[in-house]
Amino acid sequence: MRHTISLLVENQPGVLSRVTGLFSGRGFNIESLCVAETIDPKISRITLVTTGDEQIIEQIKKQLNKLINVIKVVDLSEIESVEREMALIKVKATPEHRAEILRMVDIFRGKIVDVSPLYYTIEITGDAKKLEAFIELMSNFQIKEIARTGTVALPRAKKQKR
Amino acid sequence: MKLRGAQIVVESLLKENVEVIFGLPGGAIIDVYDVLYDSPIRHILVRHEQGAVHMADGYARATGKVGVAMVTSGPGATNTVTGIATAYMDSIPIVVITGQVPTKLIGNDAFQEVDIVGITRPCTKHNYLVKDVKDLPRIIKEAFHIAKTGRPGPVLIDLPKDVQQAKTEFVYPEEVKLPGYKPTYHANVRQIKKAAQLLAKAKRPVIYAGGGVIYSEGAAEELRKIAEKFYFPVTNTLMGLGSFPGDHPLWLGMLGMHGTYRANMAISTCDVMLAVGARFDDRVTGKLDEFAPEAKVIHIDIDPSSISKNVAVDIPIVGDCCDALKKLYKALEAIEGIEWKEKHRDWLEQIEEWKREHVLAYEQPPEGPIKPQFVVEKLYELTKGEAIVATEVGQNQMWAAQYYKFKRPRSFLTSGGLGTMGYGFPAAIGAQVAFPDKLVLDIAGDGSIQMNIQELATAVGNRLPVKVAILNNGYLGMVRQWQQLFYKRRYSQTSLEYSPDFVKLAEAYGAVGLRATKPQEVEDVIKKALSINAPVFMDFVIEAEENVYPMVPAGAPITKMLLGGTVLV
Repeated sequence: MRHTISLLVENQPGVLSRVTGLFSGRGFNIESLCVAETIDPKISRITLVTTGDEQIIEQIKKQLNKLINVIKVVDLSEIESVEREMALIKVKATPEHRAEILRMVDIFRGKIVDVSPLYYTIEITGDAKKLEAFIELMSNFQIKEIARTGTVALPRAKKQKR
Repeated sequence: MKLRGAQIVVESLLKENVEVIFGLPGGAIIDVYDVLYDSPIRHILVRHEQGAVHMADGYARATGKVGVAMVTSGPGATNTVTGIATAYMDSIPIVVITGQVPTKLIGNDAFQEVDIVGITRPCTKHNYLVKDVKDLPRIIKEAFHIAKTGRPGPVLIDLPKDVQQAKTEFVYPEEVKLPGYKPTYHANVRQIKKAAQLLAKAKRPVIYAGGGVIYSEGAAEELRKIAEKFYFPVTNTLMGLGSFPGDHPLWLGMLGMHGTYRANMAISTCDVMLAVGARFDDRVTGKLDEFAPEAKVIHIDIDPSSISKNVAVDIPIVGDCCDALKKLYKALEAIEGIEWKEKHRDWLEQIEEWKREHVLAYEQPPEGPIKPQFVVEKLYELTKGEAIVATEVGQNQMWAAQYYKFKRPRSFLTSGGLGTMGYGFPAAIGAQVAFPDKLVLDIAGDGSIQMNIQELATAVGNRLPVKVAILNNGYLGMVRQWQQLFYKRRYSQTSLEYSPDFVKLAEAYGAVGLRATKPQEVEDVIKKALSINAPVFMDFVIEAEENVYPMVPAGAPITKMLLGGTVLV
């Protein structure tokens, strides 16, 4: 099963390599990986998407917890969370297709961020499924290049009772 | 007062009560060695850096303290890797300090530069590259703390030359702040109660105790109390030998690939297994699907990632072995209305039955050749089981584990996880440094001993009277055994026909060499060796094709033991 795991780590050189080294060394999968500083510059957040059966996911979490520089491990697939990914898609936009591409971008609430005589570069965000649906539609128009960020995610805030 | 980085290293080691460093200097660590010149810390100069790390490891295993090794950059650092990986696999607290090229040169392929932090990342508990001298006291404090707490392990500190020379105000921190590192020591009482309930219902319980019982101070005593009070039979892993008395009636012997018949049968038949400080290694479990098929499993371990890694656990208990066992004793005691001895009578009788069926045995023909088991038994007898015994890896290690009955924790030093040939001799030297007046023995093979034989100079030079018993069969014996049993006797590259004369070799180093070629000479050689206050090599020319039995073929269930001709059927 697919799991999104969020890690808070000390923002130090070599920490990312400890995390990825653990995955390669123990034969775990990484589907995507996203790293950036948090509001506290001493701490970074790593969001990674991995797959495995229950026992493997359990091991992944325990092994991550064992790393000295890892402060917190949260499996977002076990709780309510929001996940987003962004993609930049450079697609061939010939005059006869431009209107249709624009319509699709509109439906998916994307943005055109670069225009050239032959290509549109589209920015789109959403969960992985939405992105994949959009990419599939765009592939009808010949995609030249794609850059995806990988998933970032946060737990949903608890709903307060009034 | 401002101190240079090199001075800070030595001052910090003093604060950590380090008595001895095992090492070998070089250009990138020369500043620290310059400070050591005037320091009260003892330094043992090795002949190869791998030896330094194994010595620090042997010192740590024998004492429970953190062992320290120090080497230079580049090849000095890479030579430590096997030693570090050995300590990592067996959870041994050591701190390895490596010199590094100046920070300006890092990444430039400078002379004797290697990314040792990168290389050792997967085989250390943690490691550091010190970039600023201001961080140095904190890093050393953290390194020792990480090495010895929780599940212990090796920590490496890489120290660039300019950091050794830079000055800063020296303040050794009082405590460590590691937000991501908080080992759980106290076992959850609710889980303990559940475990006690399960054990109260058990008809065929077994305690499976590993190295964790040795490393957790006081745990061995608690284990014995529980076993004796509630009549639980105990089996040990290789790493656990010494955590339970080897001559105790409730002891089953070692389990696993070369375990005793009764231990493997008992673990495979038990209905409740209490695993303590063990990690269900493949050499213990054999074929996983058929390991202890009927057992409910209770697992006590300080490392949560060891629990349910290989075998699904019914009652996980994270915590220090000693703490957990103490609480478990109380919880079991609180259960009323059980006649424990009566409850386990049939089970213990069944175990006795297995013991009668297949006991560890061998036959020593009076005319020879010498049987290795006979040598180990004689060593046990003549040392009264009181020696600290290190081993190399292979047949020598298994015969030592089977025939030397260990009475107390920290008396058996062996590379269990990584299986490092060449470990035993330097480890024995490290233990001898810690206990100059105790008898320290290395049980070796003629293959393994040659892997760190250069350390004989270290032993002689430092007057460390380590006794080495070489079980000399002229083969890389364990591999040869596999070739004999599973590869149609095709002895590919396992014959060691060109070995040195170990007696002359010992003499060349200034040590004593003795040899036995007949069974009648074994006792005399051992007695003589024990009477000499110097390093001694005892060369026992043994039966060339003797095998270690019982043996479970790799990947087979542990009930499928090859019992061989040396086991009485």
